[in-house]
Amino acid sequence: MALAVQTETPVIEVSHVFTRFGPAVVHQDVSLTVVKGEVFAIAGGNGCGKSTLLREIIGLLAPTAGKITLLGVDSRELQRADGGALHRRFGVMFQHGALFSSMTLAQNVAVPLREHTALSAGLIRDIVALKIALVGLPPDSAAKFPRELSGGMRRRAALARAIVMDPELLFLDEPTAGLDPMIAAGFDDLVLDLKRMLGLTVVMVTHDLDSLWRIADRVALLGDGRLLGMGTMEQLAASDDPALREYFRGPRGRAAQLNHGERESPRD
Amino acid sequence: MNRPHTTDPRGQSAAVTFVDGRTLRCLGSWTMSDVGPAERALRGMEWPPGGSLRVEGSGIAAFDTGGAVVLSRAVMEARRRGCEVTIEGLRAEHAQLMSLVSANWNAMMAHVAARRSRRARLQSSMDSLAAQLLRGLDFVGESSLALLRAGLSPARLRWRSALNSLRLDGVNALPITGLLTFLIGVVIAYQGAEQLRKFGTNIFIVDLVGISLLREIAPLIVAILIAGRSGSAYAAHIGTMKVTEELDALRTFGLSPTELLVLPRVLALVVALPLLTVYADALGVFGGMLIASNQLNVSFTAFLSRFEEAVALRHFLIGIAKAPCFAVIIALVGCYQGFQIRGGVDDVGRHTTLSVVQSIFLVIMFDALCSIILNWWNL
Repeated sequence: MALAVQTETPVIEVSHVFTRFGPAVVHQDVSLTVVKGEVFAIAGGNGCGKSTLLREIIGLLAPTAGKITLLGVDSRELQRADGGALHRRFGVMFQHGALFSSMTLAQNVAVPLREHTALSAGLIRDIVALKIALVGLPPDSAAKFPRELSGGMRRRAALARAIVMDPELLFLDEPTAGLDPMIAAGFDDLVLDLKRMLGLTVVMVTHDLDSLWRIADRVALLGDGRLLGMGTMEQLAASDDPALREYFRGPRGRAAQLNHGERESPRD
Repeated sequence: MNRPHTTDPRGQSAAVTFVDGRTLRCLGSWTMSDVGPAERALRGMEWPPGGSLRVEGSGIAAFDTGGAVVLSRAVMEARRRGCEVTIEGLRAEHAQLMSLVSANWNAMMAHVAARRSRRARLQSSMDSLAAQLLRGLDFVGESSLALLRAGLSPARLRWRSALNSLRLDGVNALPITGLLTFLIGVVIAYQGAEQLRKFGTNIFIVDLVGISLLREIAPLIVAILIAGRSGSAYAAHIGTMKVTEELDALRTFGLSPTELLVLPRVLALVVALPLLTVYADALGVFGGMLIASNQLNVSFTAFLSRFEEAVALRHFLIGIAKAPCFAVIIALVGCYQGFQIRGGVDDVGRHTTLSVVQSIFLVIMFDALCSIILNWWNL
């Protein structure tokens, strides 16, 4: 199965990336590849540089050395905010939503459409309504401002904004952090549904072990600025590498795995 | 019979062609960037009343949810007119998108229909205005009570924090206030010099600069500067503390944020503003003096001796007396706006701006009121 994945077209290639902020070394020779149609997770403890790697992939930061290719283009190109075609092909959901506070939810979701397309106001309204409906927000929320929404709803609204242009690639930064387990599980299911319906490739940064077991096809584990391991959750959990064992076979890791097993077994 | 309705079928853009009045052929790329022409064509489409309509989708090269929404809307519209609509020839993945849209159609329409009515918006803004006034009154009351308690037992007051505030908002503001009032003095003297020279009454430059600066302009300039410099900082600081739940942490220790954060700042400004005003008076008059000697040949000695007889003490005192009132307005409005911040960090900027606007507004209102009242008393 791993072989089959390898032959797919890569949408993201991170090769030999080094990142330093002054004396602090964030990444040392990190390389990974994300292929079309998978849910790829970047995991690791706090401060291991996973969010920094995400910011480098989407062009908000430039790595100190190494090369990152996104949909065939060097991600350094993205730093020129030229409203270019590449920016329309991916959507990003930031950790705290990053919704524009001066706009209603519907206006927030409409921003990419207004800026990147010449569609009529009526059609934009319809597409926005569809995307808000797809992420499962109640009808009265469209006219609300971000400060009037709860944390979970803000997360969904941010997801609606990230998918409004039907991107090929969806980036999620800590999508379930700070959500209660029920809502977090619902969010995971939502991501899977959207991925299936819209044919997305999903790259997410997370340290939510439940979420890793539930939706990640492949996981890259970062630690001390290095890539500690990459593969399916089963492969990583079965590994003998002490760093991997510590992460995936600790009490929480085992609980998440057990949980996953219980959920999966009736379906098998 | 409808005439064939055709849009540009060449190129990439989405297009629709009506064939034999019963078949709608879709062509081109039905994606968000290219679906515009097809949407316009479909919107103006005259559907055949009743009967059946066949939508031929095999010519669609690319399809996304934008295209699916356009096509679904057209199908819904035709059905509403009583047409029997069948969709044929769509590729499997395109058909999947169409069913995604139709499965969510009702939820979508609910979102489109859900808008806040104008009346509800007006209502909520009226409510918030009334509530804001009440909250403002509540805040003034709470601060006064805290001041009363502190007056009964001065040991409760946070002297250290008040002194720190005095340094930050008073001492550190010296350069900017000094420079600005000096320049204002220069500007007033220049403007006056033009007029006075015409009448040969050069010495009256002293009255002009002295009275206007001491009585009105120096206190106002200082107040406006401090509102922008310190009032906004109070709002941002207290607001950030509220967002990060620091205020709640204080309350769980049994400490009153009003006593801890508001009182020291009010006290510091009440002390700092009159002092800054005196300093501003001196520099402003000095600026005027420079221009008087330069432009009107009024020497420093002549200026100062005229100053003694022309500018009555009351002008200076009125200016200085207004300063503490301005200080209370600025400090209270700044702190009040800080406490008003709700929800997230996004509110901090809005309330910081509000604090500056409101305190400058109130300062000028108060100043105008003073002018009217003092005029009655012939002062």
